[in-house]
Amino acid sequence: MNAILKSPFAWLLKREYWESRRGFLWAQVTTAGVILGITILGIIAGEVFRARMGIDGSVRMGAANLSEMLRSATAHDIGQLVKALDMTLLLFGFIASVVLFFVMFFYLLGALYDDRRDRSILFWKSLPVSDTATVVSKVIAAVIIAPLIAAVVTLAGYIGAQIIMSVWFLAHGVNPFSLLWAHIEPFSLWLHLLAMVPVNAVWALPTVGWLLVWSAAVRSKPFLWAVVIPILAGVLNFWVGLLGLPNIDTRFFWGDLVGRALLSLVPASWIAPDAVAHGVNFIDGDQLGAISYGAMARAFTMPEMWIGAVVGIVLIAAAIWFRRWRDEA
Amino acid sequence: MNAAAEAIAERPATPPAAGSETVVHARGLTKRYKNAVALDGADFEVGNGRIVGLIGPNGAGKTTALKAILGLTDFEGDLKVLGMDPRRERPRLMREVCFIADVATLPRWIRVHEAIDFVAGVHPRFDRAKCERFLARTKLHANQKVREMSKGMIVQLHLAIVMAIDARLLVLDEPTLGLDILYRKQFYQSLLEDYFDENKTILITTHQVEEVEHILTDLLFIRDGKMALGTTMEEMGARFAEVLVNADKVEAARALKPIDERAAVFGKSIFVYDSADPERLAQLGEVKRPSVSDLFVAIMKGTYA
Repeated sequence: MNAILKSPFAWLLKREYWESRRGFLWAQVTTAGVILGITILGIIAGEVFRARMGIDGSVRMGAANLSEMLRSATAHDIGQLVKALDMTLLLFGFIASVVLFFVMFFYLLGALYDDRRDRSILFWKSLPVSDTATVVSKVIAAVIIAPLIAAVVTLAGYIGAQIIMSVWFLAHGVNPFSLLWAHIEPFSLWLHLLAMVPVNAVWALPTVGWLLVWSAAVRSKPFLWAVVIPILAGVLNFWVGLLGLPNIDTRFFWGDLVGRALLSLVPASWIAPDAVAHGVNFIDGDQLGAISYGAMARAFTMPEMWIGAVVGIVLIAAAIWFRRWRDEA
Repeated sequence: MNAAAEAIAERPATPPAAGSETVVHARGLTKRYKNAVALDGADFEVGNGRIVGLIGPNGAGKTTALKAILGLTDFEGDLKVLGMDPRRERPRLMREVCFIADVATLPRWIRVHEAIDFVAGVHPRFDRAKCERFLARTKLHANQKVREMSKGMIVQLHLAIVMAIDARLLVLDEPTLGLDILYRKQFYQSLLEDYFDENKTILITTHQVEEVEHILTDLLFIRDGKMALGTTMEEMGARFAEVLVNADKVEAARALKPIDERAAVFGKSIFVYDSADPERLAQLGEVKRPSVSDLFVAIMKGTYA
């Protein structure tokens, strides 16, 4: 283990983390902190509201006092509570995923461009590191390191939320240990979030490759190239169709070409094609079923997964070639 | 190109005498860009344990030659650096070769300790203790970011890192451009005192020829993508001469086919000769070795004409 942490490749990953700490870590921490802050503000507002209404201090739900209610709670009620706790974790996970998408997107667009712009590429290239190792380290940083950090912050945010709730319960004389912590078992769901990281990583490869190629190849404005070209192509294809000329099926074009090139980085975005293929109704039905281990395994049976991965790897290879031979005259 | 310079260019660039091993060996090195030829069949050698100045006017192909040596660009022709092909064996080559290309190419976000940790992590020949000793002489501190440093401080950090790497070849491309005179003097002083030894080779390009003249052992003049002159400093002293001639002897001086003539004070003229008879030169006036910059001007005459 120690040998791995001290290997040159591990130092490449550390470098990526140092450079992008702000996006990888602090963007997530800030977002989780904001959610916790809003939770506290909500509780305070509720308390003030209650005080103004002249209701007594104990937590009331309907007529019953909360601890009384708990005593009479059925197994069904506890089940609902566990589900609500799971949803809290998912909420933190969902918001972290949104942040993660933007962080990864712009990280990858700049990964092979920023150091060409400020000429620090000349320093990196003065070291005995192959361009393949450099590019692969940036891929790993984006699809493994950043999501793992997001998962850890998600868990920390969740635990923080439960601590805030506990304080609130205690303030009302309700024992948070019997009500809350006895039912908190976040790890099984959290392990699902962790297990999704490699699935998301393989699914994201086409977007990773697409962004890296432009990042490595263009002289300036990689964002415009990477985003405008596919959208323009989609519009053009649609227009050709409007004229009644032969074109590529627009749903395929937008979904499987443009969508995969730009949006495969969205965490768990493989759920939608999986749901369509297997008739999983996760909107009305079991939300957790959509991210079950079975669904993750099924994702690897989709041709979209493998075709995308192959295209992504080819694009990453092209990015490595550009990194090696792009001549900054 | 004037006739004299042409005559010089026709001579093959002689390999440096010392250093049985060659560090860089180039034959017919050619690089074409879309609408320009940067290198046009350049032949040259860099010997082991030498400090070589690669000197040429703007656009002569200096930087392209360095990029080819460092494996940063593709090229035609035959080029071996420490016996390796820089195109195919770049990562291995970079264990033995260091370079400082221009000033201030360190990433602006990095901190001093991060830069050291990283190089220590990826470079097998980096001596961390040595680097820290060099840094202790500067005002840099471990947590400082490059973005908070002056240009001179960035170069100090870069130089401390590079000097702590036990490389065989150090390539410097305009290393002191834009630095004030204190940093510039200190830069070359450190290189000589703390870095250079008989197992190391330094290849420098710079416009500030006067600044490196006293440390060079070899000269390579490059012009229009070809080597115009390759010589050791000793050979240069023996081959080229500069004579301060009184007005009455100017015609005699011209008869000896100088490669350059320029006016001096009190109606005197200065003539530069290539391989002229020393005795006959002594009759004309005071003879001395030309400075590198005067020789450069003599050989490059007509480049921009």
